[in-house]
Amino acid sequence: MNELLLEYLPLVIFIGIAFAISAVLLIVPFFIAPQHPDPEKVSAYECGFDAFDDARMKFDVRFYLVSLLFIIFDLEVAFLFPWAVAFDDVGAFGFWAMMVFLGILTIGFIYEWRKGALEWD
Amino acid sequence: MISALFFYLFAAVLIGSAFMVITVRNPVHAVLFLILAFFNAAGLFVLLSAEFLAMILVVVYVGAVMVLFLFVVMMLDVDFAELKAGFLRYLPVGVAVGAIMALELIFVVTAWITAPETIATVPAQAEDVTNTLALGRILYTDYVYLFEAASLILLVAMIGAIVLTLHHKEGVRRQKPADQVARDPKKAIEVVKVQSGRGLS
Repeated sequence: MNELLLEYLPLVIFIGIAFAISAVLLIVPFFIAPQHPDPEKVSAYECGFDAFDDARMKFDVRFYLVSLLFIIFDLEVAFLFPWAVAFDDVGAFGFWAMMVFLGILTIGFIYEWRKGALEWD
Repeated sequence: MISALFFYLFAAVLIGSAFMVITVRNPVHAVLFLILAFFNAAGLFVLLSAEFLAMILVVVYVGAVMVLFLFVVMMLDVDFAELKAGFLRYLPVGVAVGAIMALELIFVVTAWITAPETIATVPAQAEDVTNTLALGRILYTDYVYLFEAASLILLVAMIGAIVLTLHHKEGVRRQKPADQVARDPKKAIEVVKVQSGRGLS
């Protein structure tokens, strides 16, 4: 058994406990909760009147823009982690490589700021 | 022994959920199964001692890319009848792509069986070097051009997304914090001495 994998044992235990608790919370209500369905009770309810239309409606495209910008900066941060860990080994070259990387992304950041992409409306 | 057990668990759930991604009818459910597939792929990475890749898979793919996918799925007008209508039209392309992938997989498995030495195996990891450190040592030095190219791709993605989707409504009055901060009492209010009985003209 690998030593590194043993470090993940607590994680496996946590996930196991989380699975067990959520499974119990899902299954137990089927047996102990009182269930007396009738057509009026289980029908869709929208403030007293019949539902106008489908629950599946189009989202605004701006949500897409926000999450795409989030992914880009998420990736930028992901690249910082190995750089920070190997900082002593990569030397000045690695340092400036990262600065160029951040600089290029900062151009994009300034662009989106000036364009107003960070404002909701 | 136990790691082999976990390998088969992760691999089985991965293949099962990947199969569900392409068979479930509801696209949102497909996305949720894709999340499950990513989690199990992360588990496989951990079993290979590739901790950094496993965590990045969870953080970037599950945390960010799948949110994007969900938004994209919700932005589309999910009309099941319309989804089915395109089926026959796109069938030839889909079959072609699937056949090429299947053929490549067959080649890989054949090579693996007949000549195992041609398949690159996981190199043994040095005892004192963690996965993240090993990655960091080469990513910013040996592969610096690819690293900078990655930043350019991200820049293009950022600008492309803004150009394609950003449109401001006309006539919206935005909050301008700089103007608010620069405002001072002297300009904002005026103190007037009012003579009694006269009022302000």
